[in-house]
Amino acid sequence: MRFSENWLRTFVNPSLSSEALGHALTMAGLELEELEPAAPPFEKVVVAEVLSLVKHPDADRLNVCQVNAGGETLQIVCGASNVAAGLKVPCALVGAALPGGLAIKQAKLRGVESFGMLCSAKELGLAEEAQGLMVLPADAPVGQSIRQYLDLDDQLFTLKLTPNRSDCLSVLGIAREVSAITGTPLNVPQVGEIQAVCDKTLPVALEAPAACPRYAGRVIAGVNAKARTPDWMAQRLERSGLRAISPLVDVTNYVLLEMGQPLHAFDLAKIQGGITVRFAKEGERLALLNEQTVKLEADMLVIADQAGPLALAGIMGGAASAVGDATTDIFLESAFFAPGVIAGRSRRLGFGSDSSYRFERGVDFAATLKALDRATQLIVEICGGQPGPVAEAMAELPQREPVRLRVERVKRVLGIALDGKTIGDMLGRLGLAYGEQDGVFEITPPSYRFDLAIEEDFIEEVARLYGYDNVPAHPPKAATTMLPATESARSLSAVKRLLVDREYQEIVSYAFVDESWERDFAANADPVRLLNPIAAHMSVMRSTLVGGLVDILRANLNRKQARVRIFESGRCFAKAGGGFAQPNRIGGLCYGAAMPEQWGETARPVDFYDAKADVEALLWPAVARFEAAEHPAFHPGQSARVSLDGKAIGWVGVLHPRWRQAYDLPAAPAMFELDVEPLLQREKPVYQEVSKFPPVRRDLALVVREETAVQSLLDALQESLPETVVNLTLFDVYRGKGVDSDKKSLAFSVLLQDTRKTLTDEEVDAAMAHLVQVLTTRFDAKLRT
Amino acid sequence: MDNLEQILQEAQAAFAATDNAAELEQVKARYLGKSGALTELLKGLGKMAPEERREAGARINQVKEQVEQALQARRDAIQQKELEKQLAQESLDVTLPGRGHGQGGLHPVTLTLERIERLFASIGFSVAEGPEIEDDFHNFTALNTPEDHPARSMHDTFYVEGGDLLRTHTSPVQVRTMLAHVAKHAHLERLPELKVIAPGRVYRVDSDATHSPMFHQVEGLWVGEDVSFADLKGVVSDFLRGFFETGDLQVRFRPSFFPFTEPSAEIDVAFMSGANRGKWLEVAGCGMVHPNVLRHVNIDPTRYQGFAFGMGPDRLTMLRYGVNDLRLFFEGDLAFLKQFN
Repeated sequence: MRFSENWLRTFVNPSLSSEALGHALTMAGLELEELEPAAPPFEKVVVAEVLSLVKHPDADRLNVCQVNAGGETLQIVCGASNVAAGLKVPCALVGAALPGGLAIKQAKLRGVESFGMLCSAKELGLAEEAQGLMVLPADAPVGQSIRQYLDLDDQLFTLKLTPNRSDCLSVLGIAREVSAITGTPLNVPQVGEIQAVCDKTLPVALEAPAACPRYAGRVIAGVNAKARTPDWMAQRLERSGLRAISPLVDVTNYVLLEMGQPLHAFDLAKIQGGITVRFAKEGERLALLNEQTVKLEADMLVIADQAGPLALAGIMGGAASAVGDATTDIFLESAFFAPGVIAGRSRRLGFGSDSSYRFERGVDFAATLKALDRATQLIVEICGGQPGPVAEAMAELPQREPVRLRVERVKRVLGIALDGKTIGDMLGRLGLAYGEQDGVFEITPPSYRFDLAIEEDFIEEVARLYGYDNVPAHPPKAATTMLPATESARSLSAVKRLLVDREYQEIVSYAFVDESWERDFAANADPVRLLNPIAAHMSVMRSTLVGGLVDILRANLNRKQARVRIFESGRCFAKAGGGFAQPNRIGGLCYGAAMPEQWGETARPVDFYDAKADVEALLWPAVARFEAAEHPAFHPGQSARVSLDGKAIGWVGVLHPRWRQAYDLPAAPAMFELDVEPLLQREKPVYQEVSKFPPVRRDLALVVREETAVQSLLDALQESLPETVVNLTLFDVYRGKGVDSDKKSLAFSVLLQDTRKTLTDEEVDAAMAHLVQVLTTRFDAKLRT
Repeated sequence: MDNLEQILQEAQAAFAATDNAAELEQVKARYLGKSGALTELLKGLGKMAPEERREAGARINQVKEQVEQALQARRDAIQQKELEKQLAQESLDVTLPGRGHGQGGLHPVTLTLERIERLFASIGFSVAEGPEIEDDFHNFTALNTPEDHPARSMHDTFYVEGGDLLRTHTSPVQVRTMLAHVAKHAHLERLPELKVIAPGRVYRVDSDATHSPMFHQVEGLWVGEDVSFADLKGVVSDFLRGFFETGDLQVRFRPSFFPFTEPSAEIDVAFMSGANRGKWLEVAGCGMVHPNVLRHVNIDPTRYQGFAFGMGPDRLTMLRYGVNDLRLFFEGDLAFLKQFN
């Protein structure tokens, strides 16, 4: 909402500076978004008349003018092409300072003395562009300050209004609010009753009384549609951000801004029969003022005549019935449309208007006729014409039920004790009608307030007028119950820190991704699609974090990073049983050298086992199983499903060479993705007796077939593991000299220990023999000697 | 007995002339070995008369002890020398960089979220979360924002196939948390206080230097019997001063509108120093939970009341660290992210 301060001050004139007024509005909930002067600062510019002019003797394009600026006749050299004798123009006197720092001095232009400057609108900072001098009306008073004459000492307020305050979508509404918050009296101009001087009228019928409970209008016959909109009106419209178009349209816009009541003027000659307010019929179409033709839907309210829809009620008039230069008789409409009937329609149509903006938020249903009269008065003043009688149809208007406001409740909700008198005083300033008994107010909300329906609404009004700043800030009360500290759970934060300690950098990427990522990295042909994506490459919800990680890897490689270790935790999305699964996942990617470049370690690129180690660390002390399995994102031979307690919880793998190539990566990153939930579970530790007897270590080297998975050996051993074996670690894998090419040698260290005694050599030998026997019989393993 | 004195002097000289531990043991044998000089003398004692033997024996043993002392001293000296040599050989350039992995880091917004959680945990708030694909009921209807409510145009909502939506704020977690709280304590005569914050990602159809289609929010909720607007001011003001670690921060509350709170307020802060000195910056929205919201979650609004707030941790992070472009948070540029490690 943009308006001129001077206009506002004709209704209410508090003794506050512009800035202070803006602050007061902000602190009352009408946030001042911008405060800008109507004109840049300048001074000593007056209305002047060009008395006569002659060509400059030495310059073709200059004229030497004699100018009456209110004092002695001034000689001024002027280069504007439109300068002419008899013209009224702004004149900057000697000593004037113009916008942009131009100082006007007595000067010689090509040898001729000049005592001032005739100005264009651009030179005064009143327009971006100007063709020649700014021509003022012939009746402009010579010598008057141009600032005063054009009312330039004005500020333009732009308020960011919340959707509940439709009552402030007019200068009058803001004035009412200013009056309440500053205690300054409101001075509303009274509109005299309009006497009907012609008897032309139109019948009005309400077919949808709930949607339009009040429709009023009147004929004004014999208007001059080509009259000129008065400057004061054009100026106020412009300072409110509207362009002056034609007097009939300008008046309706003016009253909309002044009183908040949208109005519409129809060309009476284009209306056949009477007016009916009804819902549109299937298949009806309407060409609107904005040159769009819309297909009407059954829940759209229209103003129609016998022939069909004339206007989209409360949203926009139709092109066919619009007033134009040839219009002589008009039908002027002022109505109340229920907010719910307007809301959402213009959004569906893809455009809105000042009118729909107000109706969908709520327009004062008691001011319908007042606005009609105000507009009639202005039209008659400007365009002439004979007003007819009011044609009005009425149904059930919104009810304003009285609301109870308890002094005790104000105290409980706000935390401050206000007495009844203070509260009553505030309600009075708001212009609310109320009664009071025993600390209980009964208030009837006014017709222009659509946001006051329950006790809390009035508590907010009290708080607003009291000033939110004046409500004390109570220090937070101490917690009386401890928060749990569950040992069997750890926080996501702890999990993230584990990765940070392993040199991963956390990233946050968008949850909506390119559909091709889903296809490539998840083989997901049916991702969760957005109906209104912001861009084609952000059109589906991710079901995996892989795409985002690869994308950010790529971005960093483009920025010349050689080594990237990143992770993200966030939700992934998939369709599931009619709804959506939205698991929290954590995914990591490592790329480039395994270690930062350094003097003391041999450089090697990351591989599968680096990512696997990170996964193991994340899960520790729980131990997961890794089994070879194919994943669409990963190299089929370098990809493992991670399971914990028999449940699959994620994947680790190296990016498939196909995607490495398609996504233009010089090398393949190693990656993992896990469900977060299992990572947060922890077993509470249980004590086990520590043996006092020394452990014995034996090594076991075996040659097995190349394709034998280590896990299968460990599983087999585990099935019948002697009680004395407390640890079994693979410490070497060897291929090459001494081992057949289709075989590999595996070396395990076996740690044996008993809690009750020192193990004898015989016992150790027996345990080892058992292990060897299991492996040789089940895997055709050969002891390596 | 000059002989004994001579042996001692010889031995001492021989030990001193030796620089090597093995050699030293060979030298030792010349005096103390099986046929060493002193050993021979001791063997000779048997042939002496008893009184002569006692005196001679005492003298020999005395010298033997002195030789042994000299030997030990020389052993220590050699060992010390060898250790010094070894230490000299083993000394490193300690200014070479350490070996191994580097360190990663958390995302700056995570740092903020963790601090927010810690600050609120200190006054008894727990953390809740909720789904990001939400239904209309939890995102709008239960929050007193019915279909066609003008407030819905405040959020430009992403919709997914089937009519659900990407949550436009973390407020639906309020609804879910209250419903769960009520269900959990249904058997109690009095509903225990509920203090919870809900951090998470939210989505709106908006994208420029100050808006991202995905961003973060933290919702806060405190419902009890007497939780007032003054308490809201206290908690949030305290939090903001704690978060920015300055008592100098100015905090102001001004009336605003949210369908799910009444009264509602917008919270602005102003710093007393730094780039934003004296400027009011909007950081959060808040208010007293609207009675209709309480009714939607089966809480009696005549008996219980409370406040809710929602703030933007992205913006808080930007203000705290002086980041000037929101988009940096989502681009994953390591050069940017590593600044917060």
